[in-house]
Amino acid sequence: MLPNDRGYRFSGVESSRKVHDLRAELTSEKKDPRQQRKKIAMKKVVANMTMGNDMSPLFQEVIACMSIPDLEVKKMVYLFLINYARARAEIANLAVNGFEDDLNDPNPLVRAMAIRTMGYIYVERVIESLIDPLRHCLRDRDPYVRKTAAMAVLKLSMFDRSLVEEERFLDMLKDLLADGNPSVVANAVAALTEISERSPHIKLKLNMKIANKLITALNECNEWGQIYILESLMYVVPQDSSDAETIIERIMPRLQHGNSGVVLVSVKVISYMMNYVSQVETLEPILRKLSPPLVTLLTAGPEVQYITLRNIQLLLQRWPTILQNQLRAFFCKYDDPIYVKLAKLEVILSLTTEDNARVVLTELTEYATEIDIDFVRKAVRSIGRIAIKIELAADRCVRALLDLIQTKVNYVVQEAIVVIRDIFRKYPNRYESIIGTLCENLGSLDESEARAAMIWIIGQYADRIDNSDEVLGTFLESFLDDTAEVQLALLTAIVKLFIMRPTAGQDLVPKVLKWATEDVDSPDIRDRGFIYWRLLSTDPELARTIVLSDKPEITAEGERLDMPLLEELLLQIGTLSSIYRKPPSTFIPFAKKRVLGV
Amino acid sequence: MLSAVFIYNQKGEVLISRLYRHDVKRSVADVFRVHVISSPAAVVRSPVTTLGSTSFHHIRYDNLWLCAVTKNNASAAMVFEFLYRLLGLGVSYFGRFDEEAVKNNFVLIYELLDEVLDFGYPQNMEVDTLKLYVTTESVRSSRSVAADAAAAPQSITMQATGATTWRRNDIAYKKNEAFVDVIESVNLILSAKGTVLRADVQGQIVMRSFLSGMPECKFGLNDKLVLERDGGGGGGGGASAPAAGGMGRRLGGTGGVGDGESVEIADCQFHQCVRLGRFDTDRTISFIPPDGEFELMRYRTTENVNLPFKVLPVVRELGKTRIEYEVLIKSNFSAKLSATNMAVAIPTPPNATKCRIKVTGAGAGKAKYHPEDNAMVWRIARFQGLQELSLTAVVDLAPTTKPVPWSRPPISLNFQVLMFTASGLLVRFLKVFEKSNYQSVKWVRYMTKAGSYEIRI
Repeated sequence: MLPNDRGYRFSGVESSRKVHDLRAELTSEKKDPRQQRKKIAMKKVVANMTMGNDMSPLFQEVIACMSIPDLEVKKMVYLFLINYARARAEIANLAVNGFEDDLNDPNPLVRAMAIRTMGYIYVERVIESLIDPLRHCLRDRDPYVRKTAAMAVLKLSMFDRSLVEEERFLDMLKDLLADGNPSVVANAVAALTEISERSPHIKLKLNMKIANKLITALNECNEWGQIYILESLMYVVPQDSSDAETIIERIMPRLQHGNSGVVLVSVKVISYMMNYVSQVETLEPILRKLSPPLVTLLTAGPEVQYITLRNIQLLLQRWPTILQNQLRAFFCKYDDPIYVKLAKLEVILSLTTEDNARVVLTELTEYATEIDIDFVRKAVRSIGRIAIKIELAADRCVRALLDLIQTKVNYVVQEAIVVIRDIFRKYPNRYESIIGTLCENLGSLDESEARAAMIWIIGQYADRIDNSDEVLGTFLESFLDDTAEVQLALLTAIVKLFIMRPTAGQDLVPKVLKWATEDVDSPDIRDRGFIYWRLLSTDPELARTIVLSDKPEITAEGERLDMPLLEELLLQIGTLSSIYRKPPSTFIPFAKKRVLGV
Repeated sequence: MLSAVFIYNQKGEVLISRLYRHDVKRSVADVFRVHVISSPAAVVRSPVTTLGSTSFHHIRYDNLWLCAVTKNNASAAMVFEFLYRLLGLGVSYFGRFDEEAVKNNFVLIYELLDEVLDFGYPQNMEVDTLKLYVTTESVRSSRSVAADAAAAPQSITMQATGATTWRRNDIAYKKNEAFVDVIESVNLILSAKGTVLRADVQGQIVMRSFLSGMPECKFGLNDKLVLERDGGGGGGGGASAPAAGGMGRRLGGTGGVGDGESVEIADCQFHQCVRLGRFDTDRTISFIPPDGEFELMRYRTTENVNLPFKVLPVVRELGKTRIEYEVLIKSNFSAKLSATNMAVAIPTPPNATKCRIKVTGAGAGKAKYHPEDNAMVWRIARFQGLQELSLTAVVDLAPTTKPVPWSRPPISLNFQVLMFTASGLLVRFLKVFEKSNYQSVKWVRYMTKAGSYEIRI
């Protein structure tokens, strides 16, 4: 029941009038036996707060409502305090008495609410008056109060870390790990984990005894509590392989949980523990058990699918045997969101082998005719990468690419040319027959990468393309307007042409060298221009060996992560870091670096 | 952990704003609006947006945006599960969760948000427990809320923190009943050449339990692993193939093992009430159910999928001005059963101008061209088992100066077939044990519907 659905935005004047009116309502002396008027007034205050109107001038009147014996009103007052107490510290102090009454209320819900709310209010005086009651609440007979108190310790530590240590709250939290109530254990674990994560000198380390106790508590916990406990297992350093195997075996059943958060954090712990398993034979059955739950997560909401796919990609790089024979589960549905499609494409590529290359290729060709440009490009690029990754499939890939070029769809053609260049590099002297077809599309190349790729191809095969000098000459006309990438490619290609067919290149070379060294700003291009110039003028034979030397082989693994990064990311499965493929420290200021074995 | 939760309407106006941590200010709500809601990009490229060290996780529902903000390296899956669950709470509390419901119940939503997250850590999100103590009069009064308004606080806190947070211990029914719905979504990608590229079934077992006390339930399926282990013997009695006639089938009290088929379940996931340890050791599904409706489990099968429909499409592009379609659909289930609410969407190019459509076969329904969807939609009210229907169409295209590439999206089907499971899954038994030893009646229904049933052309 918003007071006024339409009159959302207030000007300053209106806003202050609103405050004035509400003040009148909150302090009204009219008969209000069931507190209905005050309740409605408070609702209006909350509604205004939501809209971003400053209600803090009403602080005093709102605090006066704390004494109203109505839970709903109390909750609204608390919400108000959480929102404004920090800005109006001097008045927040007025609330302390009210809190103290609530902390002694016989109703555990009221006690818990008071402790929960006080923890949110980072005002010296409120926090001070929280300390003693908090100690009692951590030992309250009611578990609901204890679990709330555990969280309040964490809140306190974010306000003042040293306070928590001086007042021995950490020890009390540790005691709660042995609490008989699962929700209390879970919140205590969560609080301890975050405190250690943020503290420069506290380091959480759990031994096997505690780990086993926590795992036993898992069965009793609700889904969120399970996540906190599983998360804490990342702080167990197993002493030997059997420790690790025990933990893996005991948390394996969690993979069947309906909450994807539970599943992914279990995968994280299992993947972490696998590092400590000594026998390779022990790993295989574990890996086999990991696959089906991962595929099942692809039936969850698209957001969870996306997270899963990004993580599967990491797991696959580390443990290439998972998800064997699961390729088809990653085929894109027409109406998958684009981020899911793009992530699936990466997984498909990783799962491609000699045996299934043909199926994959048919599938990718299908994607290459879809609408989303990014997706189509990535599909085309993937075809090229398969050609490079799997030699036996190369012929078929090249044919598929040529078919795609025939569609004349501009961005498809350009993307195809880029990957064909890589195929030429990987398999020299095998596919030159298609150059003619490529050259039919010269006119449509308007992207730097595609132009540079085409120029590279022509330069590389300058001696076999009859009119290579003409083609390069045409490109050269717009040399000064092109990007550095294209200029560099053109410079090299023309030098190659000249070395292979001196007569055909003799007009072009001086032109390109002069432009490259005199009219281009890029130092790279200028330097290379000078080097070529001197090489050609001093020792043509040497120039030949250098310019036409064998190229280092390229692989399809360009997007693989290097091992240290991969290992770091595997310790972060299911988190943002795993999605972005960046260690947490790159985007979270306080994040501790976590490496294996420490 | 979550630093804030915002709910926006379609335009990006903040309807609910709750901050949990001091590392964000209310103004971050505007950051998300500017960068995501009002972003000119037509399609959202990622469900998570990180700007600096602030990450916004969002889902969309109806005309709402639900957004959770984190400042740490959050467990993204957990954050999204939280948002899905928050949505579920909204639907359960208000019947519908849309802008109007949010505006009408904002005080209650703030109460819920204060309860379900503490310092950004999800706490209890079980609707049954929450309804015990988070209530206001604007909630539609339902039976349980009214009865429990006066519940003692101690019993509430035990409930909210105990080992079975999803169930109260004082539930009583005159008649103890449980209804089990097996709902399968069959997914298919068929290539233009008619090869099955991918076929799988996502099953969902939804239970509605109206059982007194704290009932211990044991649930049995024709799970291949279980039947093989038990020697596959038994025979007679118990479960039999879902047969035609009637909307449901009563389950025998002591389900014997049906002979016949068993199903290879690739994987399954359970509601948190199911004891995962038990399932892991001997594949027993045992649990104390929540009261009322809940999703007991989800499962996936990939082997021997019974595709309810075969579709044979022929699409010929005749020059640049015309396309001919012939689509033949055959139903592949018992003649005693039938599919209902069937809709076949057959895509047409964007430059289609006219469609001449003809459908043949008994009860072949109607097909109509929907230019706004670039498709012909063929609706068939009832499609009998072992039947064949066909559609032929000639589509005229407007001449274009430049060739318009047409991505030929797949034909897609929508349907539901009662008393049929594409996986072959059957419920063998549901046993209920309660200390008062009451009799209970159990019912089971089966339904298969189209998940994403795509036939490429």
